[in-house]
Amino acid sequence: PYAGSVESKNEAAMSELVPEPRQKPVVPMKPMGINANLLGYIGIDTIIEQMRKKTMKTGFDFNIMVVGQSGLGKSTLVNTLFKSQVSRKSSGWNREEKIPKTVEIKAIGHVIEEGGVKMKLTVIDTPGFGDQINNENCWEPIEKYINEQYEKFLKEEVNIARKKRIPDTRVHCCLYFISPTGHSLRPLDLEFMKHLSKVVNIIPVIAKADTMTLEEKTEFKQRVRKELEVNGIEFYPQKEFDEDLEDKTENDKIRQESMPFAVVGSDKEYQVNGKRVLGRKTPWGIIEVENLSHCEFALLRDFVIRTHLQDLKEVTHNIHYETYRAKRLNDNGGLPPMTVETEENHESNL
Amino acid sequence: IIFQGEGCRTVPLSGHVGFDSLPDQLVNKSVNHGFCFNILCVGETGLGKSTLMDTLFNTKFEGDPASHSQPGVQLKSNTYDLQESNVNLKLTIVSTVGFGDQINKEDSYKPIVEFIDAQFEAYLQEELKIKRVLHNYHDTRIHACLYFIAPTGHSLKSLDLVTMKKLDSKVNIIPIIAKSDAISKSELTKFKIKITSELVSNGVQIYQFPTDDESVAEINGTMNAHLPFAVIGSTEELKIGNKMMKARQYPWGTVQVENEAHCDFVKLREMLIRVNMEDLREQTHTRHYELYRRCKLEEMGFKDTDPDSKPFSLQETYEAKRNEFLGELQKKEEAMRQMFVQRVKEKEAELKEAEKELHEKFDRLKKLHQDEKKKLEDKKKSLDDEVNAFKQRKTAAELLQSQAQQAGGSQTLKRDKERKK
Repeated sequence: PYAGSVESKNEAAMSELVPEPRQKPVVPMKPMGINANLLGYIGIDTIIEQMRKKTMKTGFDFNIMVVGQSGLGKSTLVNTLFKSQVSRKSSGWNREEKIPKTVEIKAIGHVIEEGGVKMKLTVIDTPGFGDQINNENCWEPIEKYINEQYEKFLKEEVNIARKKRIPDTRVHCCLYFISPTGHSLRPLDLEFMKHLSKVVNIIPVIAKADTMTLEEKTEFKQRVRKELEVNGIEFYPQKEFDEDLEDKTENDKIRQESMPFAVVGSDKEYQVNGKRVLGRKTPWGIIEVENLSHCEFALLRDFVIRTHLQDLKEVTHNIHYETYRAKRLNDNGGLPPMTVETEENHESNL
Repeated sequence: IIFQGEGCRTVPLSGHVGFDSLPDQLVNKSVNHGFCFNILCVGETGLGKSTLMDTLFNTKFEGDPASHSQPGVQLKSNTYDLQESNVNLKLTIVSTVGFGDQINKEDSYKPIVEFIDAQFEAYLQEELKIKRVLHNYHDTRIHACLYFIAPTGHSLKSLDLVTMKKLDSKVNIIPIIAKSDAISKSELTKFKIKITSELVSNGVQIYQFPTDDESVAEINGTMNAHLPFAVIGSTEELKIGNKMMKARQYPWGTVQVENEAHCDFVKLREMLIRVNMEDLREQTHTRHYELYRRCKLEEMGFKDTDPDSKPFSLQETYEAKRNEFLGELQKKEEAMRQMFVQRVKEKEAELKEAEKELHEKFDRLKKLHQDEKKKLEDKKKSLDDEVNAFKQRKTAAELLQSQAQQAGGSQTLKRDKERKK
């Protein structure tokens, strides 16, 4: 049980939109297995507490990448998601940094703590994506970066004397920002997602959704979903990784109705109905970021952070990383040699 | 690439984000997956290993008591599915069979070490595979080894020391004094001290309950001082007072298993299951398994020399070994094929011989038959000739006779005529 209410799945309205974490029902003890009849309390269910304590002690890593043209509100959204200044915004038009000539990869790490849980959050920004006149292959540096992190991990893993905990810099989640044109996806969007959905978990989001009315939003989302399907783009949560029926039903709902999330980000607070809320102030009203009737930010936040954070990491580790590793070990050094600029300090046992 | 990772600063949160649910998300996934726990019980026959397991897990595991006449040490392993609340545990209990029964116990520890290594090896093989499924792998590595010490009251047996020394770098050893109702309290204290000092002086590293987490540091620290645990096992329930309790009844009194004044069973259960089960699993994976893996890889010829070529060298050596293996396989195949061809030839030759013999026999018989036939024909011919000759003579004789008759007849007529005259 964590801070925040837990509603049973049978309650209408709210729980439909906000996927609450599943709580396994307490099953009464019953005999199972080969003649194993439990007659009294052993205490094996304490392993849950033991495990939780251990993981809290080790802490967690989470690496999130944001991709999209400049001005779509990427940094603001990440800051809103994590309620802190984890991403340096390039503010407005009078920023000192010019638009980079090529796609740059900027990874910045911070440590955030909540409820005793320490998380090292790394936000990977991709300035310059889609901003050139000729954007051919601009996803390549991004794909390269992602593969480099897999390579780094692999190198640590095949060491003879390994670290107790291999530092995880692999990209667990990639938020792809779609421009709210209201029409359809751009060729660049399709190309990027086609290439990258095979190596990383992509979560498409419709940025700056406050420029669309509710009907426009619904139609746009439907069109985007259709286009993604037609182009064979599997975004997270991928159908093929649903583990059981429960997962499938839950994820189907998200895939077919909620995604892509139409979001609005803000780090400014306003007074609405006596409460302080994050929002955007316009002459025609205040857009409340965390109000579900205004935009789907809360859905995105709950999805990414409150229910599927661990799953994002597991899919990255068990599937994307394994795919990379299998390919790497199979190829006879077919991949180009990659240089990693961070220091390598492995123990030598010579 | 610009990276600002090491030494990153902590930033404050301006509201509730919600990632404090992360441990729950992780735990829920583990619960869905199920847990594995593998215990190895090492001890002489008759020290109550099976009974203790039954008592610990409140069930009756299958199996018959072993005899004392085993020729060597074997390991018997059984897996059970247990469930408590929403936790599904796959429990594997491995017991030694025939440990300490042989006259010559020099090699007694070997099957145990081999078994433990085999589980590590299986995991390593899976880990080294190109297409691997580690997160669905049924972990058979031994997480805890309960070493049963006989309640002699004096000291450890040399077999115990030797065995524990061989196992301490491979598995978490928790030494326990079995059937401790055979020892009085005062003797027990002395016994425990003796055992502990012997373990220390022989450099045996037993498992230490971890004291780094404040929430369990105190209880673990206290418990460490109580090792080895003096335990009693019993699945029989007796009425004591107004409750049913696990106990052993003697004429002079009843020993209650779960009474901490009587024995350390409760301490063992607490430490093994309720406090440190996860730590035992973690130590097995991060310490014992890593050590095994390191040694094994070094043995196979890998070295951590060149950072750039690590994936390559692993793969190159793997390829080389594979080719070597395939080559050997081919050679064996060739040898077998040659042998096969040889055998076929031999058989063919045999058959040819037999055929030849048959032909010869046939020819002989045929010749014999022909000879016989010829003989018969000759005989027949000669007989025919004789018959013909006889016939001729017969006809000739008949002719003569008829001529003679005619002549005689005429003579007779003549004679008659003459007579009449």
